[in-house]
Amino acid sequence: MRYVLHQLRLEQKIFWRNRESAIFIFIFPILLFLLLGSVYSSRITIHGTSYKSANVLLAGMIGYGVANTAFSGLAIALVIRRESGILKRLRSTPLPPRAYLTSVLASTLVVFLLQTAALFAIGRTLFGTPLPGHIVSLILALLLGAAAFAGLGLAAASLIRSSEGASAVVTVIVLPMAFLSGSFGPTRKYPALLRDIGNVLPLKHYLDIVQAIYLQGHEIWTKPGAIAVVAAWGIGGLALAARYFGWEPRAR
Amino acid sequence: MNAIAVSDLRKAYGGVEAVRGISIAVEEGEVFGLLGPNGAGKTTTVEILEGYRSRDGGTVSVLGHDPQKPGREFRERIGVVLQQSDLWPNLTVREVHLAFAGYYAKPRDADEVIAIVGLGEKSGARVKTLSGGQKRRLDFGISLIGNPDLVFLDEPTTGFDPAARRTAWEMIRALRDLGKTIVLTTHYLDEAQNLADRVAVIQRGVIIRTGTPAELIGGTQSTEIRYRSAAGEDVVVETETPTRVLAELTARAVAAGEELEGLEVRRPTLEDVYLDLVDEPAAEVAS
Ligand SMILES: Nc1ncnc2c1ncn2[C@@H]1O[C@H](COP(=O)(O)OP(=O)(O)O)[C@@H](O)[C@H]1O
Ligand SMILES: [Mg+2]
Repeated sequence: MRYVLHQLRLEQKIFWRNRESAIFIFIFPILLFLLLGSVYSSRITIHGTSYKSANVLLAGMIGYGVANTAFSGLAIALVIRRESGILKRLRSTPLPPRAYLTSVLASTLVVFLLQTAALFAIGRTLFGTPLPGHIVSLILALLLGAAAFAGLGLAAASLIRSSEGASAVVTVIVLPMAFLSGSFGPTRKYPALLRDIGNVLPLKHYLDIVQAIYLQGHEIWTKPGAIAVVAAWGIGGLALAARYFGWEPRAR
Repeated sequence: MNAIAVSDLRKAYGGVEAVRGISIAVEEGEVFGLLGPNGAGKTTTVEILEGYRSRDGGTVSVLGHDPQKPGREFRERIGVVLQQSDLWPNLTVREVHLAFAGYYAKPRDADEVIAIVGLGEKSGARVKTLSGGQKRRLDFGISLIGNPDLVFLDEPTTGFDPAARRTAWEMIRALRDLGKTIVLTTHYLDEAQNLADRVAVIQRGVIIRTGTPAELIGGTQSTEIRYRSAAGEDVVVETETPTRVLAELTARAVAAGEELEGLEVRRPTLEDVYLDLVDEPAAEVAS
């Protein structure tokens, strides 16, 4: 526990000091929200009910944000550290590997929660979006999403071989996924094939949960199917990571 | 007591036998040099001792532990400088030291360590702004921060300019003066000769000679005497009794009223010995 707190403080320092990660991971979803929020002015219809577009986009950005922080950010950071030998160097210290990974995940969660809070604050100030009603359900949903996407991020870090390719690979995964899942606007009018693809992606189901809580005012447990799909993706990612994750550089 | 005892260590990567039956013993408090050309198996050996790699055969004891099952206590007591590794580029020298200090039960004072490795003036500088030599000092620093008993240095000065190597050597001597046992790998002879109390010469995964630098040189007795004869030919005499040969030679020349042009008496350096050794054909080496 002492190790985890020590390392968590360090991870936070490392994250915020690195301008690229702070901008790409933390600011970018907020920027997109500002952009899309100013462009879409009409109402958006989901499952037959129409909502203020800013509210829908806010939920969408909470989805894009989790993919960006927990999946992309985590995967890129771990690949870079592995390839530069930092992970290997840490292995020879008494810091337990589990404590290290726990701190890295906790740090990711902190960034994501701050980002979500910033989205709500900006949405309320600029676009008049309401604050969330079911706080406990929402926090549970955020935790579930962060955990599942971090599991997938660990898997990606295990499979990506070089630092140079890391951000390209995760971007090629995350952007289409966010688009197909409806982070940037409703998918109702997409061709059936694209909607079918979207329907198996974890982000789509995560967005279902967030929308149910934030837009429709339901509790999280009204969405057991979506919870199961998101959790299954996360567990699948963890299983891959358990099999393939390594501490030593690969690309040399 | 021995800090390290290795007997008949073996390791292969696929079909490549990187280490083929190495035995070494490192005493507490000594600087032990593992000297050999690239690809000889130095890093493989050292990383097995550090607990990074598994072995295929042989027995290994490091500070009384089997590094294949490295526990907390083992990691508390070793310090590691890898052949190649970076650190978080945006943290300062001091922050990196404090970060590593947090991993150990009884760390040394960060500022004290920073002073030992000569980074006092760079304490507040970010890692990404350091020169290659300064980054290496940082590696030294964090290998010391846990106050280890045993420090592994894998090619600590490879790629350095001569001045940076001298300073690194000073630092390694300072480590020895702190009472640490040090295992140092290098492909520089002068480095082994200057720093190590004992040297093992490793070639193609086998140790071909072990001893103090003096013993390694003394092992081959011949001294070279060179001069240019009256007829203008370069003459080289290799002898194990240089005093007598030289006396006869000069007596004859004086008697004949000649001058021995370019007279030179040379003891073999470790370099000559080493080049002889590693030039031997593989078959001989393997036997
Ligand atoms: N991880 C590895 N996988 C495959 N071969 C390796 C690996 N590490 C080292 N080798 C091979 O083992 C031999 C010894 O390498 P190494 O221990 O790095 O030597 P040195 O450190 O003396 O240069 C070389 O032939 C090298 O190519
Ligand atoms: Mg090496």
